[in-house]
Amino acid sequence: MNKKSTPLELAGVTARQLILILITAMAIVPGYLMITGSLKTQEEFLNSPWSLPMNPNFQGYSAAWNDQFPTWFRNSLLVTVSAVLFTIVMAATAAWGFAHWKWRGRDTVLGLLISLMVVPPVVLLIPLFTLGAKLGWISTFRMLILVYIGLMLPFSIYLLTNFFRAIPVSLIEAAEIDGASDFRTFRSVVLPLSGPPLITLTIVNLLWAWNELLLALVFLQSDEKKSLMVGITGFQSRYSLSIPTIMAGMTIATLPLFITYIFGQRYFITGLTAGSVKGE
Amino acid sequence: MIKPAPTEYRFTVPRNLGAVFGRLRTPGPILWILPAALCVTLIFGYSIVDLVQQSFKYRGDWVGFENFSLVLTDPLFRIAIFHNFLLLFTVPILAVMSFICAVLLFETRKGMKFYRSAVFLPYILPIPVIGVVFGQLLQLNGALNSALRAMGFDSLALDWLGDPKQALWTMSGIIIWKEVGFGTILILARLISLPLETLEAARIDGAGFFRLHFQVTLPQLRPVILFYVINEAIVMVSWVFNYVYVMTNGQGGPGNATVVSELYIYRSAFQNKAPELAATSALLLLLATSVFIIGFFRIQRNINKGVFDE
Repeated sequence: MNKKSTPLELAGVTARQLILILITAMAIVPGYLMITGSLKTQEEFLNSPWSLPMNPNFQGYSAAWNDQFPTWFRNSLLVTVSAVLFTIVMAATAAWGFAHWKWRGRDTVLGLLISLMVVPPVVLLIPLFTLGAKLGWISTFRMLILVYIGLMLPFSIYLLTNFFRAIPVSLIEAAEIDGASDFRTFRSVVLPLSGPPLITLTIVNLLWAWNELLLALVFLQSDEKKSLMVGITGFQSRYSLSIPTIMAGMTIATLPLFITYIFGQRYFITGLTAGSVKGE
Repeated sequence: MIKPAPTEYRFTVPRNLGAVFGRLRTPGPILWILPAALCVTLIFGYSIVDLVQQSFKYRGDWVGFENFSLVLTDPLFRIAIFHNFLLLFTVPILAVMSFICAVLLFETRKGMKFYRSAVFLPYILPIPVIGVVFGQLLQLNGALNSALRAMGFDSLALDWLGDPKQALWTMSGIIIWKEVGFGTILILARLISLPLETLEAARIDGAGFFRLHFQVTLPQLRPVILFYVINEAIVMVSWVFNYVYVMTNGQGGPGNATVVSELYIYRSAFQNKAPELAATSALLLLLATSVFIIGFFRIQRNINKGVFDE
């Protein structure tokens, strides 16, 4: 507002601010209850769930972080990080194959791939479980990692293909004239330009794999192989008498995503506009 | 924006010796695509073929359409599908709310970063975490009801998750709470990259806040909103298992008030030990969701422009 605002405009701006504050409050409340709750005693939480913790104590955290919790945390970390890494590498190379060359049937294959984004994961559950049982791969990390990669690939390839296609062809031709091989062009021209979409994709996939419950529930059944999300689902009934312990467990489970998001936030918005190079 | 034509893949006379070796070392797109193609074919191709086979068999014997008639006459299956159908009503709400949030954020200079992070927060919380926290929050004597009672709204202090009458609606509310952040960020990202000139021109012509955003902004955002709508429709039909499983201890309760198709399939397979029936219902679910493929192909037609582009 560089010009003088009329009272009506001012009222409009105030109203918008108020709505935003309301929306923000609603978005934050459960997180607030979770974190403050984790620092209270059971009694304090039951008496005044909304207040700030008067004398924060970390007993909830030490109670939550014992037994199998660290194991679950490690399992989730292992599965999530390896699945996302493989996915990004495979998706980036495949997307380059789709974007750089025009070959017969390409658009059909791409269309087919996009339609796979619609397939509900639960549809794959029973065939893959039967297959896993035949191979003796139930309760192994490799099975779940493989399934996650398969499920994350269609969207990842789609997003990156879109982005790669928008890279100015002049840049790629310049590299080729200089005698760069396809691999060299990919590594030295395409990848350095693709920071934001790659980071966006990494965040989206990390969020998805870390939070996934249904497949982890079925494919990692033995106790010492459970993923964190499966573990904390049973957490609730196990610690039903200590809400601070539950809340502390939930806070720890959220932490890795929170950190990832804070670090990647800067690229996230630019990455979501992937497909247009302008303004970068 | 430069719209490059993809390089035609055919043998051309190389410009210099380096390119000759380049061509020899990388035999075109096949190698680049192969790893991903193998993985996708295994996970999706194998599964769908096997799913179709399983749904026509019982204990390894061919039974024709027996499984289908069993599933389709199961009242619980119908209830589950109906619940997914009801959840679809959250999609327009989500689209409208995301649009409003995105526009408000776009128009706000002061504190925009803070608001933006806050609105996106629900999206990064794991669903099991959300389930547990809301489960505590929404108990009969939980934090929400004690706040409502303190403000004098005793009649609004409902048994949110325990009463079959509103359990599914409570669930929808939580899903909306979680999903709106994604839509907001998606639409906001597109909004920021729109050419500023049109907005400025409309402003100079005297378009007010509402006219500006409904007549100038909204039409330009249609593709990204369409993408979001289809995406959320798929979520409602096939990706709400986590909410239901966590908040009802895997039961879809109270009673059958929150049973959805995914939970039905999961329970047939792993609790009732009837994988054939689970496969059949999964196949039916797949057929139902294939409606959305049409939507996706409409988006795909724009692929040369890029979905998030115009």
